[in-house]
Amino acid sequence: MLSIRNLQASVNDEPILKGIDLEVNAGEVHAIMGPNGSGKSTLANVLAGRENYTVTGGEVIYQGKDLLALAPEDRAREGVFLAFQYPVEIPGVSNIYLLKAALNAIRKHRGEPELDAIDFLELVKGKIALVEMREELLYRSVNEGFSGGEKKRNEILQMAVLEPRLAILDETDSGLDIDALQAVASGVNALRSQERAIILVTHYQRLLNYIEPDHVHVLAEGRIMKSGDKGLAHELERQGYGWITQPAAGTSP
Amino acid sequence: MSQNSATQQIYLETIAAAGKRAPAGMPAWISELQARAASRFAEVGFPAAQQEEWKYTDVGPIARAGFTPAPKGLNGVDITGLEGFLFEDLSCHRLVFVNGYYAPALSQLGGLPAGVTVSGLADALSERPETLEAYLGRCLPDASHGFTALNSALLADGAFVHLSRGVSLEQPIHILYVTTDEAEAMLMQPRNLIVAEPGSQATLIEHYVANGEAAYWTNTLTEVVAEVSASVTHYRLQEEGPRAFHVGGLHVNLDRDSRFTSHGIDLGGRLVRNDLRSVLDAEGAECHLNGLSVLGGRQHVDNHTHIDHASPRGTSREFYKGILDGRARGVFHGRIVVHPHAQHSDAEQLNHNLLLSRDAEADSKPQLEIYADDVKCSHGATVGQLDADALFYLRSRAMDEAAARDLLTYAFARDVLQRIGLEPVRLQLERRLARGLLHGRDTKELELA
Amino acid sequence: MATADQKIDALIKRDYQAGFVTELEADAVPAGLDEGTIRVISAKKNEPAFMLAWRLRAYRHWLTMTTPQWAHVHYPPIDYQDIVYYSAPKSGKDGPTSLDEVDPKLLETYEKLGIPLKEQEMLAGVAVDAVFDSVSVATTFKEKLGELGIVFCSFSEAVREHPALVEQYLGSVVPHTDNFYAALNSAVFSDGSFVYVPKGVRCPMELSTYFRINASNTGQFERTLIIAEEGAYVSYLEGCTAPMRDENQLHAAVVELVALKDAQIKYSTVQNWYPGDEEGRGGIYNFVTKRGACRGANAKISWTQVETGSAITWKYPSVILEADNSVGEFYSVALTNNRQQADTGTKMVHIGSNTRSTIISKGISAGRGQNTYRGLVKILKGAENARNYTQCDSLLMGDQCGAHTFPYIEVKNPTAKVEHEATTSKISEDQLFYLIQRGLSAEDAVSMIVNGFCKAVFKELPMEFAVEAQKLLGISLEGAVG
Repeated sequence: MLSIRNLQASVNDEPILKGIDLEVNAGEVHAIMGPNGSGKSTLANVLAGRENYTVTGGEVIYQGKDLLALAPEDRAREGVFLAFQYPVEIPGVSNIYLLKAALNAIRKHRGEPELDAIDFLELVKGKIALVEMREELLYRSVNEGFSGGEKKRNEILQMAVLEPRLAILDETDSGLDIDALQAVASGVNALRSQERAIILVTHYQRLLNYIEPDHVHVLAEGRIMKSGDKGLAHELERQGYGWITQPAAGTSP
Repeated sequence: MSQNSATQQIYLETIAAAGKRAPAGMPAWISELQARAASRFAEVGFPAAQQEEWKYTDVGPIARAGFTPAPKGLNGVDITGLEGFLFEDLSCHRLVFVNGYYAPALSQLGGLPAGVTVSGLADALSERPETLEAYLGRCLPDASHGFTALNSALLADGAFVHLSRGVSLEQPIHILYVTTDEAEAMLMQPRNLIVAEPGSQATLIEHYVANGEAAYWTNTLTEVVAEVSASVTHYRLQEEGPRAFHVGGLHVNLDRDSRFTSHGIDLGGRLVRNDLRSVLDAEGAECHLNGLSVLGGRQHVDNHTHIDHASPRGTSREFYKGILDGRARGVFHGRIVVHPHAQHSDAEQLNHNLLLSRDAEADSKPQLEIYADDVKCSHGATVGQLDADALFYLRSRAMDEAAARDLLTYAFARDVLQRIGLEPVRLQLERRLARGLLHGRDTKELELA
Repeated sequence: MATADQKIDALIKRDYQAGFVTELEADAVPAGLDEGTIRVISAKKNEPAFMLAWRLRAYRHWLTMTTPQWAHVHYPPIDYQDIVYYSAPKSGKDGPTSLDEVDPKLLETYEKLGIPLKEQEMLAGVAVDAVFDSVSVATTFKEKLGELGIVFCSFSEAVREHPALVEQYLGSVVPHTDNFYAALNSAVFSDGSFVYVPKGVRCPMELSTYFRINASNTGQFERTLIIAEEGAYVSYLEGCTAPMRDENQLHAAVVELVALKDAQIKYSTVQNWYPGDEEGRGGIYNFVTKRGACRGANAKISWTQVETGSAITWKYPSVILEADNSVGEFYSVALTNNRQQADTGTKMVHIGSNTRSTIISKGISAGRGQNTYRGLVKILKGAENARNYTQCDSLLMGDQCGAHTFPYIEVKNPTAKVEHEATTSKISEDQLFYLIQRGLSAEDAVSMIVNGFCKAVFKELPMEFAVEAQKLLGISLEGAVG
């Protein structure tokens, strides 16, 4: 579904990604782990098409298309979803309006009819139970005055409603208490399917206790230093990142 | 001082002529008030651009145009002609003014509770002169500028609202000022007086509209007296014609524990200047000022606000926004003065401006003058574009860039409108702005938030 | 228990320590101003003809001007015919050629002020130009700087030795028509400092001028011109003091900075002119025009000021960001105590694309002081992607003082981003109590809070001057806490 080949990117002329290679197939869950500043969030943002992240080399093929050539909204319509690490607050735009506008834009792109208000509300109410979010938040401005946990639940709700093919979760676990973490995880697990791929970007192994990955990659200094199965995550939990980023000091698992 | 003495002369002659026409039986104090104002106008004339308070607004076009007072009469305005200016689903009392004069036939004042007087100012002058004598002009500063003086000198009609002690008026009063277009260069000078006795409560909507595209000048002046624990909510919806000049004064005096809320919305007019001065005259007074200008073309709107914390424990909150497209120019000058001994004053002021076009201009001059030490005061001002993070967020949720921009622009404006308590008024304004800013996209769900 | 206010009151009183008078014979022209006075000044300085012509043009223009009224300060009208426009310590010859020839009384004066002029005793890495009343009396480290092609000398010397540079740049940033005080200065200025840093040279030491008003009834009108050629760097400092006198004295200086491509000028001021006594008698009227122009791409001009002195301060060190990618900065601490008044701030005029400016202003008002921040941020139509961030904080100590914030924001380009924030607060009982509970004295607690409040500005000062500035702030505040 997604092939990343020798991807290089910089932010403000500073190279961050220095040649990433990654294959993600439908049905798989990949965890990308790594120390702070390793380029994890940069990778997520480059895939979603954020400005100021300049691709300087390599390519990304998504479902046979050149992903990097698409505008951010076209990537979203093609089924790429980024759950933000820091979801922005947008005063004056209601959460439910955004959800509906987004869903209908994607449906239209797929050639499906727009949902009417009643069907839409029914759909949303079903999904909101999944992430245990307060319904009242639907009618507030996007993320405005939400707690950290509410913002992350809101991201997962949007994901559940938009049903992406490729979901990228950028540090979705950071700053969550245990209840919120479980709610977020159950939302993600409910979306696991053979048609869908999920990339979890995370610093800690904690999230992987709830969402079991098929593959784990360690990103450091702009490159994937090591790949493995979920056992690698446990290894990282025990030993930290030092043994990978400084190869001389560590042993091979 | 007045380099505009030639144009000033025209208005001095107008004042002299109006004095000769004054109806018999007017109380002597009114003639004295007018005479004092006339000599003040003779002294100061129209403000000059060199004056700090007029730095960003040249009123030369107003002074030079030689406007003359509008004649009295309905001029063909009937109730069906007003429908476009009324608020859907709003139960309210209604005062209508045509070219500045009270039009009882178009007004609707049934069902007013006891203790509430709502009438034209001219009628009130003959019916209860003692109340007017006690209040009229009381809120105005001693050193008023020429426009204020001119309004007083030519004072003829306007709205009068009096709320007796403890009365709470449930329905708002919609005060509609319609200007007709049968003549060019008309001058309208409404003079409004709102008196809220202790513990009373009311909501008023001053609404300025035109049923044509003539060039005219509205020079309006409103005084609000809120006595102990009274609460007044005031709307100023300025939707004047595209060639209109509008100069508005709103002067508020707040007694102990009283509360004043203002929503000033500027959508119309060619050259507009609003002066809002609120004096927190006794302990515990509270003042909330919200403002929004959405401008395009060659519109120029200048909002001057001046909050005087003259007593301890006053609170003021100010939130003004401007959206500027085309060759429009938006000016904000917000002055907050905390006087000596006004300890525990709490003032917050914010002004945000969005520039949508290369030829638009925003000028912002927030100003704090603090003469007491135990206070909490802050202000913030920004000028810029839409937030890049919000724009990306919307696009990553599949919204195309143009739609995302429009939506964020609309949301920027709506941030002010959401503070409006009267839902029918808020919805109507939201719809009107959505039509303009969202370029006809479906907006129904926007109303959910 | 004393309240926080009483503690603060008690902390603000100590004497002005630079208030002594040096007894010297002076060569002064009689009070009063006309074209004759200007010709005398120009003649005393052996100036070339272009200088006299320029002075006279400025004088004639000045006659048509009136004093600015918009500042938030109050003072009686100044009688410009009652001022001595030129006063210099008398010396046998045309001027000292080395420090050994400088009147020992002068050297003593500067030593008393903590500015030793003998090079062997100096802080390593700081070159000093000492200006006493109307003239420069000594400049140190000239030879060493000269080896690098750097010119650091008195303005009078520059007019004689480098007339072409002076003629090219004098008045190019602050024209003689700029404002009332700048015009007056242009007509009568007597001396000042001149700095020229050639292309690609990084000035290896701090350059510093120390201004001292001594004679009574005398105005000080100095003029400073700093030129940094392409890729040059210079850090310049100035300090100022004056004796305690009951009369008000006028100080109307002009500073012009020119930064060419990739050049950087850092200009720091520690201003401690005599502020007058508790009742507001005497003190310096400090009416100063300071402006820099970024004339080449990537140029940077940074103003840092610590203003604790003067009866009245009226100054707005500004940056004209003419070239693309140029940067302007303004960091200011202004303190007013007793009856001092300050109306100070900056102007950032964005003309080039991608120009950036930062304004950090910290005002402290104590006693009956009135402290005003006044700043203009102007984004012109062609300034694509201009950025400004302004933060203005005021700290109030006592219920008779005032803190005022008057920003002006004018934006004519939609790609600009301009942000202004301002707050006003007092030292809270909670903060004081917290520190006292941790064992600090009330004085130390207040001084810690005030220093913390000013930290963002102090960190921009060269190290040894940051220490001096903190000390000065402590002294100026004494008696404000009690």
